Amino acid sequence: MDTESSVTTEQTLSDEAIIEIVDMHKWFGDFHVLQGINLTVHKQERIVICGPSGSGKSTLIRCINRLEEHQRGRIVVDGIELTNNIKNIEKVRTEVGMVFQHFNLFPHLSIIENLTLGPIWVRKVPKKEAEETAMYYLEKVHIAEQARKYPGQLSGGQQQRVAIARSLCMNPKVMLFDEPTSALDPEMIKEVLDVMIELAREGMTMIVVTHEMGFAKTVADRVIFMDFGEIVEENEPHTFFDNPQHERTKLFLSQIL
Amino acid sequence: MAKIANTSQKEQIRPPVVSVGVIGWIKANLFNGWFNSALTIVTLFFLWKTAVPFFRWAFIDSVWNTTGQVCRDAGGACWSIIASNFRFILFGFYPYDLQWRPLLAMIILFVLLFLSQNRKYWKKPLAYAWISGLFIMGLLLRGGLFGLDPVESTQWGGLPLTLLLSVFGLTAAYPLGVVLALGRQSKMRAIKTLCIVYIELIRGVPLISLLFMSSIIFPLLLPEGLTINKILRAQAAIIMFTAAYIAEVVRGGLQGMSRGQYEAAESIGLNYYQTMRLVILPQALKIVIPPTVSQLISAFKDTSLVVIIALYDLLKTTQSVLSNPEWMGFSREAYVFVAILYFLGCFSMSNYSRKLEKELSRGN
Repeated sequence: MDTESSVTTEQTLSDEAIIEIVDMHKWFGDFHVLQGINLTVHKQERIVICGPSGSGKSTLIRCINRLEEHQRGRIVVDGIELTNNIKNIEKVRTEVGMVFQHFNLFPHLSIIENLTLGPIWVRKVPKKEAEETAMYYLEKVHIAEQARKYPGQLSGGQQQRVAIARSLCMNPKVMLFDEPTSALDPEMIKEVLDVMIELAREGMTMIVVTHEMGFAKTVADRVIFMDFGEIVEENEPHTFFDNPQHERTKLFLSQIL
Repeated sequence: MAKIANTSQKEQIRPPVVSVGVIGWIKANLFNGWFNSALTIVTLFFLWKTAVPFFRWAFIDSVWNTTGQVCRDAGGACWSIIASNFRFILFGFYPYDLQWRPLLAMIILFVLLFLSQNRKYWKKPLAYAWISGLFIMGLLLRGGLFGLDPVESTQWGGLPLTLLLSVFGLTAAYPLGVVLALGRQSKMRAIKTLCIVYIELIRGVPLISLLFMSSIIFPLLLPEGLTINKILRAQAAIIMFTAAYIAEVVRGGLQGMSRGQYEAAESIGLNYYQTMRLVILPQALKIVIPPTVSQLISAFKDTSLVVIIALYDLLKTTQSVLSNPEWMGFSREAYVFVAILYFLGCFSMSNYSRKLEKELSRGN
């Protein structure tokens, strides 16, 4: 029995693929940063991507909402192929939420304005309704009392939770996390991870680039190890951590665990 | 042994008081150390030598409301030159009996400017007020409708002309400059090149040459019979010139924005215009308020260069008073007066910019 179906029995995964990446390559100048990536993500699947720095893991997820452009192969998100068509790119971006390492909140807007900007301007939701949704998600990330403050007045952990809520307000089908806890002080990592775990429990499709192996063990359906722009190994978490197949995976795990 | 701070019994410790009162302040700020003491004494000496005679000249020995002849016998400043020629300095050759019209236009302008400085009023009604205000001001200056006698624009002059050139020059140049800055950052080659060429060409020539071109060369290029108002041409030259400088200032602000802000805006699906309008420009323009205002202030003062194409702005009307034999030789007083007017304009601009910066910096 392959690993895929063993996960399915536990988690009732839907079979429908929401992201399909086929033989995708990317270069930065002459540097071949992604070398033939094949990856299919199913609805409600939680994927953790790990690997040494420079392995291309951030670049991979940034390609999924076209913050980076791939030069060969195909990326299809929710039935839309990413090409130069700007309308399609904008459509994909509304369906895919992204959380950044450095939060990237809009410092000139209050927390609530940060959250309602997308819904009001992109989804054309009436302001009042957008604010209600925003408050709902702020409650969810346990930060509703800060709604009228500005990002600069919040701690790193609070800012990252706001950033997660901002993405959720767009009601995305997939959430991408690009090292969401790497810029945080140790005591704030947990509050962010807790929010992410809650989100995973509710069935959000997530792709998370992180070094938090505890998180990977609790939440992930699949762990992907990348090195030198390739997917070296992928497996469900128990097998991945207890019985890594590849030499490079073993080396990496021995360095971080 | 473990050491735990006993927080409950700690007393409130205040910062030590070093000096109090006027004497304390003087000691701390003017006479702390022999070098600063010497500096203070030298400065006081120069103030005594310059400020005191100036004060005598301007206020004690001065005459305020006399003829030029009386002035020549008086020892101090002859403010009579201002008092006697007040209306000519302010309104130039605008028909004497009709000068209430530019005066009213200026009052409307000041009221609008005053209302506009409060960000609470930055809503639709203010925009309507500006549009109707512009119409009324134009009507007042030009006449020709509703029984107002028409006044040729060649007769416009003085303060209204200076305000016209600067207020509209600056309000038009600013958005144009922002557009140019965005164009210079554009990924589209043609637009980018066009903006760079424009900015570099305009920055490469002095304003005076642009004004000459607009007043002398440009009419030659127009078909026979078609003329464009001289004031309008000067106005266009000022706008084009200022916009190029504003563009470079704004570009500096745009380059100060982190990539993360663009990416965050794009990742929630905002398109280019929304990203710029809602996320990037509000931050970038705020960063560059101080250099922008410097630029606007210098553009305001540069409007006085229109004298070289024979427009009678504030400075030119003042100069023509000085060429009147009765008042010849009182240029000090006349220029002090004009300087005060320019200073009021520039100072209120920089004051407002400081206020705006303060308001916008809340939260960061």
